[in-house]
Amino acid sequence: MDLSLSTRTVGDRTVVEVGGEIDVYTAPKLREQLVELVNDGSYHLVVDMERVDFLDSTGLGVLVGGLKRVRAHEGSLRLVCNQERILKIFRITGLTKVFPIHTSVDEAVAATD
Amino acid sequence: MATVELRFSALPEHVRTARLVAAAVARRAGVDEAVLDEVRLAVGEACSRAVGLHESHGLSAPVRVVLIEDEKKFSIEVGDEVTGSGAAAAAGGEESAGAGESDAEGEDEMGLAVISGLVDDVEVTSGEGGGRIRMSWPAHAAPILP
Repeated sequence: MDLSLSTRTVGDRTVVEVGGEIDVYTAPKLREQLVELVNDGSYHLVVDMERVDFLDSTGLGVLVGGLKRVRAHEGSLRLVCNQERILKIFRITGLTKVFPIHTSVDEAVAATD
Repeated sequence: MATVELRFSALPEHVRTARLVAAAVARRAGVDEAVLDEVRLAVGEACSRAVGLHESHGLSAPVRVVLIEDEKKFSIEVGDEVTGSGAAAAAGGEESAGAGESDAEGEDEMGLAVISGLVDDVEVTSGEGGGRIRMSWPAHAAPILP
């Protein structure tokens, strides 16, 4: 399965809904999307990963890169994920301490800290 | 002898194929369903790393994946043809972490971090023919009936 991406705006947040597999082949598309959003002035991003089937370190790298970009503009990058197999990758790499991970888009959009 | 051997052009689009094949052979070998996600991720990481190494060294040689089914374990070897690649990785983090400013190097290290976090039995070696990552998982010899 390929990667699917769609974006929508909720208040001052931009929600990026990602579906499919994020790997060494598809991660560049996600990177492009995040870079484009930041270049267009969207600095508060919520990446909804509920429909992601697979995530590898290349995908993690892209998310870290996105976080770096929004932080340069005092923005935020929040993740939405409830899938244990995806959460596990964030845990073993210690990235749960780096990303705020929420259980729903509503929760992520409402979060302010 | 290898149960299944796979060679693919060192291109990112083929890594998914390697993941699918590895997971299919692992399932047949009796690796726990719960562990198959880890097998899929680990072999993907190893292959992504090999593809990256071949690309950065301008090698047109294919990446080699060997899947071996034993009585009690299932092993995967992913080989690249970059001399010294395994040794550099095996020598470990600190030195390369300081130098690893570029995205590619950072991702390479993250890939190895994921593999070592996922797999208990993993070995990274290097020889004249290139680097190799060998990983294994316990497998029950329960035969899967057709």
